[in-house]
Amino acid sequence: MAIFSVYVVNKAGGLIYQYDNYVPRAEAEKTFSYPLDLVLKIHDEKVVVSFGQRDGIRGTVSCQQVNVKAYKMYIVITGNMSWLELKCCIVYVLYLLLTLCTHTSINLVGHALLSINGVDVNGKFTADGKEIIEYLKDSTNYPVSIRFGRARLSSNEKLMLASMFHSLFAIGSQLSPEVGSSGIEMLETDMFKLHCFQTLTGIKFIVLADPRQSGIDALLRKIYEIYSDFALKNPFYSLEMPIRCELFDQNLKGALEIAEKAANFGPGS
Amino acid sequence: MTVHNLYIFDRNGSCLHYGEWNRKKQAGISKEEEFKLMYGMLFSIRSFCSKMSPLDMKDGFLTFQTSKYKLHYYETATGIKIIMNTDLGVPNAKDILHQIYSTVSMGLYVEYIVKNPLCVLGEQLSSDLFSTRLDLYIRALPFFSPRAA
Repeated sequence: MAIFSVYVVNKAGGLIYQYDNYVPRAEAEKTFSYPLDLVLKIHDEKVVVSFGQRDGIRGTVSCQQVNVKAYKMYIVITGNMSWLELKCCIVYVLYLLLTLCTHTSINLVGHALLSINGVDVNGKFTADGKEIIEYLKDSTNYPVSIRFGRARLSSNEKLMLASMFHSLFAIGSQLSPEVGSSGIEMLETDMFKLHCFQTLTGIKFIVLADPRQSGIDALLRKIYEIYSDFALKNPFYSLEMPIRCELFDQNLKGALEIAEKAANFGPGS
Repeated sequence: MTVHNLYIFDRNGSCLHYGEWNRKKQAGISKEEEFKLMYGMLFSIRSFCSKMSPLDMKDGFLTFQTSKYKLHYYETATGIKIIMNTDLGVPNAKDILHQIYSTVSMGLYVEYIVKNPLCVLGEQLSSDLFSTRLDLYIRALPFFSPRAA
């Protein structure tokens, strides 16, 4: 149960704030020999798999949280535990550790090439400046270890997506079969739920969360409160401009933590 | 609890069928333009969801809701899209839309093609049988009431 990210869009549709709280990464690293059995193409300045899938490719879903939280397992060992009980305990602990890294076979099509031989790539060039497609056509460079995964969104792409949502919000209201409908308040897919709260002044607060996460409505109101306290009351902040206020960031992170724990927002928080 | 309207689009974006039951507000544009706008909006929403999604999606976009209505979306592997607008009380219409596709739509769709070799794919389905069967099916749904709540 997690909150993935927060976006704030001004009334013209421009993105003024973006924060990624929790980004699950599904990546697969595999060693390839010449010739490469995947077809790569360049899409949006990135090298992307357009055709091909390796059987038995195993990838680990690794979760990188901005605030790293350690998985704590409390093992209570009583003084009277017999040797058999202790062994069962250890086996159970190992099982828990293994299930933390889930192994799934991942379809590679659409995934971007993230790193070659452990070194992150730079767009369509390697870190040294060589073109990736040419590099992979040369048989002397093999065997090579390549990591594929979902491409991270660049800030330009986030800007475009926020503006796209701003328009879709308005069209949702126009196509309504009922009178007096608002725009899109909640959009659901199988992987995430997007919640949107539009204020009376036209600012939209957008939260992407896990579909099972509850309490997002209260969180959206809370983010509005934090915006009005730490962004609007900041004398150096100009309206409709990108928000660069430290206290806004800090309080937003605090509010997200509280929402994830499913606690209530107190009067002073 | 009620169903407002239903659209069926094909792979190229042409509207194959449109049914209305309880619609209170028209879009203010002609029906043709409305179909194009609806298709365009859904195309954009699908592309938006695939980019925003933190992990690879299996089913993709399912529904969205506003303060007054909820839109349910179902797409088949051949690109046929079924869209149903209902009020907010309806929980998850994916199975219902699948039923519409497999029993009502596909059952009659296949019959329509097989028994009419001259009909053109990609044009509005003008079969009366299809429209009446679909209408009866929607009216028989548990959450449909003739007078909107």
